Amino acid sequence: MIYKETGQYKSSYKSDHAIFPLIQDKIAFSTLMLFAFIVVPLIMNSYWEKAILVPFLIFSLAAIGLNILTGYCGQVSLGTGGFMAVGAFSTYKIMTSFPDLNIMIIVLISGLITAGVGILFGLPSLRIKGFYLAVATLASQFFLVWLFNKVPWFYNYSATGQITVSERSMFGIPVTGANAPPYATYLFCLVLVVILGFAAKNLIRSKTGRSWMAIRDMDIAAEIIGVPPLKTKLSAFAISSFYIGVAGALYFAVFLGAIEVTESFDIMTISFPVLFMIIIGGLGSMLGSFLGAGFIVTLPIGLKFIMVDMVGLSAVTAKHFEITIWGLLMIVFLIVEPHGLARLWSIAKEKLRRWPFPY
Amino acid sequence: MRIKQLLVGITATVIAISSYVEIAVADLKFPMLVYRTGAYAPNGIPNADGFVDYYKMINARDGGIGGEKIVHPECETGYKTQVGVECYEKNKKDAMVFQPMSTGITYQLIPKATADGVTVYSTGYGRTSAANGKVFKWIFNAPATYWDGATHMVRHILKENLGNIKGKKIALIYHNSAYGKEPIRTLQEAGKKHGFKLSLLPVDHPGQEQKATWLKIRKSRPDYILMWGWGVMNSVAIKSAASIKFPMDKFIGIWWSGSENDVLPAGQGAHGYKALTFNAPGTDYQVHKDIQKYVFAKGEQSGDGSHFGTVLYNRGLFQAMVQVEAAKVAQKIHGVSKITPAMYRDGMEAVDLTAKRMEELGFKDFAPPFKNTCENHGGSGLAAVQQWDAKAKKWSLITEYMYGDKDITEKLIAEDSAKYAAEQKIAERCN
Repeated sequence: MIYKETGQYKSSYKSDHAIFPLIQDKIAFSTLMLFAFIVVPLIMNSYWEKAILVPFLIFSLAAIGLNILTGYCGQVSLGTGGFMAVGAFSTYKIMTSFPDLNIMIIVLISGLITAGVGILFGLPSLRIKGFYLAVATLASQFFLVWLFNKVPWFYNYSATGQITVSERSMFGIPVTGANAPPYATYLFCLVLVVILGFAAKNLIRSKTGRSWMAIRDMDIAAEIIGVPPLKTKLSAFAISSFYIGVAGALYFAVFLGAIEVTESFDIMTISFPVLFMIIIGGLGSMLGSFLGAGFIVTLPIGLKFIMVDMVGLSAVTAKHFEITIWGLLMIVFLIVEPHGLARLWSIAKEKLRRWPFPY
Repeated sequence: MRIKQLLVGITATVIAISSYVEIAVADLKFPMLVYRTGAYAPNGIPNADGFVDYYKMINARDGGIGGEKIVHPECETGYKTQVGVECYEKNKKDAMVFQPMSTGITYQLIPKATADGVTVYSTGYGRTSAANGKVFKWIFNAPATYWDGATHMVRHILKENLGNIKGKKIALIYHNSAYGKEPIRTLQEAGKKHGFKLSLLPVDHPGQEQKATWLKIRKSRPDYILMWGWGVMNSVAIKSAASIKFPMDKFIGIWWSGSENDVLPAGQGAHGYKALTFNAPGTDYQVHKDIQKYVFAKGEQSGDGSHFGTVLYNRGLFQAMVQVEAAKVAQKIHGVSKITPAMYRDGMEAVDLTAKRMEELGFKDFAPPFKNTCENHGGSGLAAVQQWDAKAKKWSLITEYMYGDKDITEKLIAEDSAKYAAEQKIAERCN
């Protein structure tokens, strides 16, 4: 009875097509935004920033990117780490070449560069499908990481191959570098995530999004009804890579500050975890991208907090448990709820609709 | 044991949750970033055990440092940068010093710790140019840097070849990361100076896959191989060298590639392998007797105690000793026992470990003396070559402790730190 749509009439197409058609959703979302933009910056500290909030926002963005490609367009990709590296190194190169450019612009340009690279690596998708495409994108992961490690131009010939961010400000407050206050880096990421999140949501509800889904569901049928596969698949690669590139740029510039490509963009640190995020969160769901990212970012920290700080296990024993629990949860999840956390949420909504008279 | 630990843990949960508080402020906090899991655990475990046992011994024998107990919360990083950052953020409050035990994490922490005012002590690893105290106020990497290490190796090779290594082929096998790339520039400079030919052979993380590397070595037949390896990479490389019958006394590792774990898997094949070191191996020191008496006798040793006296365990003792000594110096300078992180840094900068002082601390002849100053955070640069005896299963020092080639390294350090200072807009100190 709390979550009922009775009495909410839509009298125009506009209100029928709203992202949040129900008043309850609108209230809940506005409250969440108010909380995220006003309350969180006031109460957060640098631990919350560096360990939970900023990585959560950045990985949400990467998960949205991969979800566009895999969840909506059906093209499996294991190249997320490589594409994030493109975003990071573009940011570094632009940052060092044009010291006066605003950081927001740098991040967006990095996204565009990554989109270009994404199109390039998306070309094989016209010929190869499914698992074979996964292998092809895996090649892009290894190639890009190798490239950024091998060619010294990308890291400005530094002796160690490390790239380090320099300080950049928005409205006079540093958002990159070690002197950036926690709320600044958080808000910077949050603004980007909210804007790009809405953009993605609307894109998916548009003609582009519908053609992606048509290709995903059956590409031959889609082609027959007039969806051009070349344009559709490449646009999915481009837009997906744009999001992943922006995530990579933020991961380097705002989150870590110093990066070594082989370690930070390794397949086990980025590509697989982001894929797990969208699988656990829910393939083809915006909400799922956020839930999955939140789950994967907070799970190890939460387990560590419970086992080390509260129970008092030694750090190494806790780590062993963590690895085991992690694997177990993956299996349990895929068996119990193969459609991910987003599906759980919609089941919960159904239940709320009928509450207190479930059937 | 783990199940017992778990049961104890669960019974303690209720109490722990109700009494969950930050570590009491009356103590001195030395957070530890360790890795007892993952590809680098074989090296991470003995080192971490050395630290813990030393801290426990100081707490039991002296009642802490100047009456202040040492607390040493462990945080497992798995050698991963992102986790390292989380561990740092979690423990940085009131922390005396961080010892990241990873060059990658050290690079990560240098700007952060500088902004937060926390000391980072990367003992013989990390960013080499941090030896320049004028630029890197909060970072210390005494007693020797990677660039010193590279010149030590060259010096040793020169000595073996009576001073002439013109045209010799030297191969560098390195971990393909910031850590492994550190010595390249120095070796290139040294190559120009002494006329040897350097070839570079990177090995990717985690280091198990080295087939291509050793194929290249079999083809090019270098006269010497130098190695910057860590974790499983070391033992794989040494096994591979043994299997292609490469003369082991022409194979020299950095001080992180010369522990028992690295050579034992190769069995007799590893006989004669050399590595640099800045601390002696063995258990014949006063500090070991004290640890036996105050820690092992009570069964409180870290881990299973099986690493006692190994190279990396002893290095852990050395690192912990320097960190504790810095706290003592800081207490003396500021005249209080409850020192702040800023006071601790002053102590670290004034550390002067003479031979006499080391003897007082139970480290007689354990390591060469060194001293930090405002300008020099890189220590003396003294290191020696040790060689593995596979029959006796023992490391022994085969040279005196020698200085690095300051002609080469000082110029490079000045260049690199000036670049960093310009990027980060840091004004030089100590003038």
